Amino acid sequence: MSAVIEGKSGFRSWLNKRLPVDQFMADQLTGYYAPKNFNVWYFFGSLALLVFVMQIVTGIFVTMHFKPGETTAWDSVQVMVREVPYMWLIQPMHAIGASFFFVVVYLHMARAMMYGSYKAPRELLWVIGMLIYLALMAEAFMGYVLPFGNMSYWGAQVIINLFGTIPGIGEALTEWIRGDYGIGDATLNRFFSLHVIALPFIIALLVLLHLVALRQVGSNNPDGIEIKEKLGADGKPLDGIPFHPYYTLKDIVGVGLFLTLFAIVVFFVPTFGGLFMEAPNFEPANPVSTPEHIAPVWYFTPYYAILRAVPDQRTGALLMAISVLAFVFLPWLDRAKNKSIRYRGLASKLLLGVFFITFVVLMWLGLKPAEGTYVLLARIFTALYFLFFILLPFVSRADGNGPVPERVTYHAH
Amino acid sequence: MPTKFASVATAFALVLGAGAVFANEGGHAGWQREADNEVANLPSLQRGARNFLAYCSGCHSLRFMRYSRLAQDLKIPDDQRDKYLVRPGDKFTDYIRSSMPAKDANEWFGRAPPDLSLVARSRGADWLFNFLTTFYADPTSRQTGVNNLTLPGTAMPHVLASVQGVPNAVWRNVETAGPEGKPMTTREFEKFEPGVTGSLSPEQYDEFVRDTVNFLQYVGDPTQLEREGLGIWVVLFLLVFTGIAYLLKKEYWKDVR
Repeated sequence: MSAVIEGKSGFRSWLNKRLPVDQFMADQLTGYYAPKNFNVWYFFGSLALLVFVMQIVTGIFVTMHFKPGETTAWDSVQVMVREVPYMWLIQPMHAIGASFFFVVVYLHMARAMMYGSYKAPRELLWVIGMLIYLALMAEAFMGYVLPFGNMSYWGAQVIINLFGTIPGIGEALTEWIRGDYGIGDATLNRFFSLHVIALPFIIALLVLLHLVALRQVGSNNPDGIEIKEKLGADGKPLDGIPFHPYYTLKDIVGVGLFLTLFAIVVFFVPTFGGLFMEAPNFEPANPVSTPEHIAPVWYFTPYYAILRAVPDQRTGALLMAISVLAFVFLPWLDRAKNKSIRYRGLASKLLLGVFFITFVVLMWLGLKPAEGTYVLLARIFTALYFLFFILLPFVSRADGNGPVPERVTYHAH
Repeated sequence: MPTKFASVATAFALVLGAGAVFANEGGHAGWQREADNEVANLPSLQRGARNFLAYCSGCHSLRFMRYSRLAQDLKIPDDQRDKYLVRPGDKFTDYIRSSMPAKDANEWFGRAPPDLSLVARSRGADWLFNFLTTFYADPTSRQTGVNNLTLPGTAMPHVLASVQGVPNAVWRNVETAGPEGKPMTTREFEKFEPGVTGSLSPEQYDEFVRDTVNFLQYVGDPTQLEREGLGIWVVLFLLVFTGIAYLLKKEYWKDVR
């Protein structure tokens, strides 16, 4: 591709002799062929990247005015939104951005599960994605603790104590995480360090690996058939189109739609009915005053519901850990020949549909107090949650082998 | 293609809509009312500020709100600000602190009166409205002589007694199943009856409280009006941007067969 450089003069040529800008564009954007049949579910990858960048940028400004420490954290957040110009916009964008990050990531994961994007040769792509998800959970948790509102405090209490259920080392481990016997100055300072330096770096590195792995194997598509297997005379996939300009332009439309929804929430319903910003967090952390219901933010509540569904806390914590990590094994649990749900039987469709519903119901249950009918429901849906992973190998092997089309389905507009 | 964008919008709407359902907490007792306040109502905010500084700021601080910001947002001229708002001894740039030392407050009330900067965000305007309108005479069980339906056993005396008066609460006995199925008699609130009267009629007092709660809602999120004003333009811009981006995308995608 070095031909790109030749025959040009001036700055562009000077630059390209020193930095392969055109080469990179040719390799990664104009020369990268993606299936032409992406549907709207394929917006969420680029949107996740957008939210990540947005969190970094807003985070830089929040960090300028935030003062970690148990006596300064909460006050510094209140002061920045009231006294620093436009921080009333930037700080809520950062807080609400965390919720939108999970909305986008959950839809991105759901798409991979529908179209079998985790199946060979994309197992590692999926595993790297899951590592991003785990790092993101840690990042979001610490970010939630930092402003040190009352729900920050009690949420941190609950989550850190989960590590205490690990036999033998549990107690010592919780002290090691907190850096103290209770959640205080040491905890906030280390969470701040991890939240603004360590985890963003780890996530950025993993995102890079995710993209490199994606370029290596190529994108899957809603039909779940490999476009590389049908090449034209020019050696390009018949059903592929250059990522740039086609998908860059299409993704910008997705970005516009996403930002519109994001702006509506940020400007008009910032707390989102107490879901994106919880009412108890408008009170400073208070170790002697417990909020009425302690619940983590909505994106953790499916797992929280599983934790509380089990009477024994240690077993609950173990099930909770398994419920998060189970996703990692999907590439090997799914035994179907076909990738996409489009070419699988009714049983597979039902199994996945019920799982999606289960996830949302558990999310709702995690926000409710653990009493009465809610406990019973949490147990039923916890069972359904694990049933998905148990049944998947059998169901997918049985009804995921039908005929698939030769070429992707695409209707020109 | 528009149907596809409709479907992505639907996907988002479903996620966000599910959220809205999650957030809805029901269960209102019959006596609870809505504050029905309006943050855009400037005269109401000004009256609320007056009420707050006259009756509340003796004990409660607004430690994140400066007199100067308050005057600016509520369009109170500088001379009136210095004359009516700023407490003697304070500068107009100071935060609104209570005049009561926390140590004394602890001794007098058993707990320091909380700062009210964010109370409208942690408790909500409706809760505040109900709290301030449901004090009743309880000379036997409370040291302050009053109790509160919204926050039973509150340490706060009825500071607004001179304005509202002190109503009496009427209770009725209810038979319920107690522990181990034994019948148990509990009392249930029925209604308020006029007791000691104050300077305002019940309707006027509701307005008085509504203004005060309105003011506290403004203090909890002082930028909310500015935010919504800017938000309309941002959303309009994004809609136009998305429309143009869609047309551009459509033009390019004509080539794809």
